[in-house]
Amino acid sequence: MEMRSPLGRVRGLGSTNNGSGHWWLQRITGIALVPLVIWFVFAAINLAGADLAQFKTWVGTSGNPVLLSLLIFTMFHHGQLGLQVVIEDYVQSELTKLGLIIAIKFSAIIFGGYSIFAVMRLTFGG
Amino acid sequence: MASRNRPLSPHLQVYKPQLTSVLSITHRMTGVALAFGAFLLANWVISATYGADAFALAQGLLGSWFGRLVLFGMTLALFFHLGNGIRHLAWDIGKGFELPQVRTSGYLVLAFTVIMTVITWIAAYSVAGGS
Repeated sequence: MEMRSPLGRVRGLGSTNNGSGHWWLQRITGIALVPLVIWFVFAAINLAGADLAQFKTWVGTSGNPVLLSLLIFTMFHHGQLGLQVVIEDYVQSELTKLGLIIAIKFSAIIFGGYSIFAVMRLTFGG
Repeated sequence: MASRNRPLSPHLQVYKPQLTSVLSITHRMTGVALAFGAFLLANWVISATYGADAFALAQGLLGSWFGRLVLFGMTLALFFHLGNGIRHLAWDIGKGFELPQVRTSGYLVLAFTVIMTVITWIAAYSVAGGS
C-alpha cells in the first residue's frame, strides 16, 4: 500500500526513505502475530519438558508445521523491523547504523530460514 | 557554539516518570528482549534436528533455574508487548486517545500482563508436574 504523496516519493523522504512502508509492515506483522503468539503459548505450555519424540510428533501434527513456520517468519520479520527503528533512533554514526541494520537483517533471515528448514526436516523426516 | 550548554529535551533525569511514558519505553524494551527471544525459539527448533541429545540439552537449559528465569521474563515481555501492541493498534485507528482512556488502557495492559503470565506458568507447571 502506497501512503506517500507523489512529491514525497520523488524526494525520497523518511528516515530510511520508505518510512510509511516500514510502518505499515510493522502493523501487518503485528496483527498477524496476535493469533500466532496465542497459539504458540498454548503449544509451548504443553511442550514443557518434552523429549525429542514428543516434540517431533507435535511439530508434525496437522497444521502445526505451517503455523510454526508462519510464526517464525512473522516473528523475525516484525523483530527486525522493530530493531531497525531502535538502531535508527539511538545510533548516531551512519556507518555503525548501516552495519548494525544489515547485521540484524541478515541474522533474521539466516536464523528464520534455518528454523523453517528445521521445521520441514522435523515434519518430513530425514 | 552558543547552543552547546543548552538543556536537552526531554531531560529524562529530571522528568517525572508517568504511566504513559513508562509504558511507552517498556514497549520498546520488551520488543528488543523479544527479538532476542526469537533467536531462542530458533535455537530450540533447530536443536531438534541435531538429535535427541541436542534437543535434551536445549530443553535442559530452558528448564534450568536460569532458563526458567529467562522464560519467565520472556513471558512477561510477550504478554506486555501483545497487550500494549493491541493498544497501539487501537490508537492507529484513532481510538482511545483521551487521557482517561489512555490511563485505563495502560492499567488494563498491566493487569493483562500479570494475569496471563501467572496463568501461563501455573499451566506449564501443571503440565511438567513441577519437575
